[in-house]
Amino acid sequence: MFEGWPLLSLLVWLPIAGGLILLAIGERAPGAVRGLALLTAVLTFLLSLPLWTQFQPGAAMQFVESVDWIPAFGVKYALGVDGIAMPMIILTTFSIVLVVLAGWEVITQRPAAYYASFLIMEGIMVGVFAALDAILFYVFWEAMLVPMFLIIGVWGGPNRVYATIKFFLYTFLGSVLMLVALIYLRYQAGSFAIADFYGLGLPMQTQVLIFLAFLAAFAVKVPMWPVHTWLPDAHVEAPTGGSVILAAIMLKIGAYGFLRFSLPITPDASLSLDWLMIALSLIAVVYIGLVALVQQDMKKLIAYSSIAHMGFVTLGFFAIFRILANSESGALLAMQGGMVQMVSHGFVSAAMFLCVGVLYDRMHSRKIADYGGVVNTMPKFAAFFLLFAMANAGLPGTSGFVGEFMVILATFKANFWYALLAATTLITGAGYTLWMFKRVVFGEIANEHVAELQDINAREFLILAILAVAVLGLGLYPAPLVEVMEPTLQQLIQVVTAGRVG
Amino acid sequence: MPMPDFSLALPEIWVGAMACVILVADLFVPGKDRAVSYYLSLLTLAVAAWLTLDTQWGVRELTFSGTYVADSLGAILKVSIYGLTALAFIYARGYLKARDLLQGEYFVLGLMALLGMMVMASAHSLLTAYIGLELLSLSLYAMVAFNRDSRVASEAAMKYFVLGALSSGILLYGMSMIYGGTASLDLAVIAERASADNMLFVFGLVFVMVGVTFKFGAVPFHMWIPDVYEGAPTPVALFIGTGPKVAAIALFMRLVSEGMPSLSEQWQLMLVILAVLSLVIGNLFAVVQTNFKRLLGYSTVSHVGFILLGLLAGTEEGNAAALFYAITYALTAAGAFAVIILLSRRGFEADQIDDLRGLFQRDGMSALALLLVMFSMTGVPGTVGFYAKMLVLKSLVDVGMIWLAVFAVLFAVVGAFYYLRVLKAVFFDAPAETAARIEATAGFRVVLAGNALAVLLLGIFPGALIAACLAVFA
Repeated sequence: MFEGWPLLSLLVWLPIAGGLILLAIGERAPGAVRGLALLTAVLTFLLSLPLWTQFQPGAAMQFVESVDWIPAFGVKYALGVDGIAMPMIILTTFSIVLVVLAGWEVITQRPAAYYASFLIMEGIMVGVFAALDAILFYVFWEAMLVPMFLIIGVWGGPNRVYATIKFFLYTFLGSVLMLVALIYLRYQAGSFAIADFYGLGLPMQTQVLIFLAFLAAFAVKVPMWPVHTWLPDAHVEAPTGGSVILAAIMLKIGAYGFLRFSLPITPDASLSLDWLMIALSLIAVVYIGLVALVQQDMKKLIAYSSIAHMGFVTLGFFAIFRILANSESGALLAMQGGMVQMVSHGFVSAAMFLCVGVLYDRMHSRKIADYGGVVNTMPKFAAFFLLFAMANAGLPGTSGFVGEFMVILATFKANFWYALLAATTLITGAGYTLWMFKRVVFGEIANEHVAELQDINAREFLILAILAVAVLGLGLYPAPLVEVMEPTLQQLIQVVTAGRVG
Repeated sequence: MPMPDFSLALPEIWVGAMACVILVADLFVPGKDRAVSYYLSLLTLAVAAWLTLDTQWGVRELTFSGTYVADSLGAILKVSIYGLTALAFIYARGYLKARDLLQGEYFVLGLMALLGMMVMASAHSLLTAYIGLELLSLSLYAMVAFNRDSRVASEAAMKYFVLGALSSGILLYGMSMIYGGTASLDLAVIAERASADNMLFVFGLVFVMVGVTFKFGAVPFHMWIPDVYEGAPTPVALFIGTGPKVAAIALFMRLVSEGMPSLSEQWQLMLVILAVLSLVIGNLFAVVQTNFKRLLGYSTVSHVGFILLGLLAGTEEGNAAALFYAITYALTAAGAFAVIILLSRRGFEADQIDDLRGLFQRDGMSALALLLVMFSMTGVPGTVGFYAKMLVLKSLVDVGMIWLAVFAVLFAVVGAFYYLRVLKAVFFDAPAETAARIEATAGFRVVLAGNALAVLLLGIFPGALIAACLAVFA
């Protein structure tokens, strides 16, 4: 079954259509709205599974669709997935199901518009990962800002307006430069197909400028130090679902951009500027990890830990040049580590934000100081929270360990000191996560609000249980994920090494 | 001397005749809501569109001793101006009626202004262009002062008139120099004889450019725009902000691009300066506005900067990009003004940004329309404004002006800030307690929804319009 289905188009347009129907129904029937939202999300998730089951091992683009879109400029509506994009799409459809469930009883203000925003966002994000045409990619990339702008601004916390405008302007500024770069590449390549941008053999100076334009777009999204300051604000003010999508998917889109654009299109510039990327990544790992230690606000703490974890992803991607200079093997390991870290962080950060959301829904506070002794009143919740906190700290057996370990292991082949600095995360990560966990969950019951807390209900239990399975599954048996992306990453390394002019 | 071929100018003849018919009919048909004049005007536009496409699309023929040209460029400009004029009429009716201003003269003046723009679009001699421009300008001055009891409107009309007359004079002065140098008013002859070696032509070009860019509202000839937008009745501001911008493209294409190709080096440099200044001043001044109409005024200036960027590339693609930009921007701006009209009522102009607060909760449909309009002006994909900007950037990159493209997108980010501020008021703020219920006829709502949907659909399927704009210059 599913042979000849335009699966990717369905994954893009089904949720968008569902969102529009929700908008049309409006706020008259909240029950029906929730049901329809969940139905759309689950259906989209189920439709995304054949991408995995029918995926042919190999590096080629699969499930390809291509239709002329703007013939005058050769812009095509071209979709397709490879071993990098496919897991990210499934991660996206998976996260949206959780987000819809997480908002079930919590969102009382305009639920139809809330779910519609997330579903439309889902379609757009799948589009970003599946686009094979640069303009199509850019359209989805920018369109993503609109629903997120509304989600943070309408359903966010007290300081939401500041946060959402900051979020929009930061990311918009980053991406307009990429647009100019894409148009320039079209001028050189004669087509907007992303694959045609590879191996153009552009002169060094041009490559550096294009690389920097891409960096402006992707570094803001990832986010890398020092353009990360929008993220803590956005996370803190966003509703729980918004935080989950931001952390689980939108940050990955930045890293995905590095793989799809920066590395293969500008390999020489990537090589000559890898010191910059490695330095920024290590600063994110070390310095932002320390910043996370001193946070008073749980969401801010997790936001900073996200930045630190994403530092591993970019470190893995850009350490490959130094690894290749020293040894034949290892580059693949670094890239796989980065990819696993992306997926794992998608699960773990989503779980962490959902845990904070569970507490916030009951106490309406994110301040660590307002909690204490939660384990006494919410034992089931505390068990889940502990698992996710351990995963966030990189405990072996959880998904958080696999990616970090692979990256650190590979980085040793580049330079001992890089690996050492990266490995400090094992200490700081454990420090900030477990210290927060101790202050929130353990100890005596801190105040009467905590004493009145109800343990998680069946719905919350279901969400956290699904994530727990995912975190443990990826932690104990990462091989399927690693294998599915190996050919693509292998080919990417080939493009990066063979496509260089100098 | 043989008779000129009148059939080529059928659309102009039809619109001119109908304007006279409506003027007379309005006197004799009773009724306070001017239904006859209104529907006759819309009928005029519809028939004119059919005539234009039928007689002028895909041909290139001269008539009236070479002073009038019927070609695809003129046709596409005219058809889009008909559509924009129709929007201005439809949005205006309820507004004017509520203020006891609904008179047949509004439609007659509108049609006369339209006739002026049509003549500009088909001008093939300096004089034809000038006649069209004056017909447009004089009608607009009267329309700005349409609410004669309003002091702001009279002040705006006076400002507009004084500055407009000055710019027309300068334009005429420039034309006289070019005529002096070539001994011809015919634009084809001028194109042959004008050359950059003769300083006379360079001077003439400078003065012509002043006149043309005044119509656009490019910096430093933008001073009238915010005042006129603020002072004029909102439907008139809508009219001024849409059709004439497209007509200004016509004026530029006819007088400068086709008229003086050999001086392209000179006018390109002028356009660079004008475009950069427009982007900077328009965007930066818009940031500090609290009045939504003034904000739209300054934002127009910044969009004109983008249009000029397309024109200065000097390629077919650049011209097509500028044309596409002007048409789609005008469509978008019409939607923004329509929301102001929707929120206003007798004795209250909803022209402050604060008046938009909580619109999402008061009236979801118009809030979503404004969302699309504002994101289109920002240039977010999914709306047509993105392709407008992208085509301009592409034509700049193709001629190697990459730094200008980078400069333009950076100022587009500045622009994003004030559009977001508007959306913040609409979506994130609570409505003022004094806010009245929003009343609008079903027809108004349908047209506004259609206008917003056009912004969205052209943003998803821009191919046909882009192809049409390209075909004009191919």
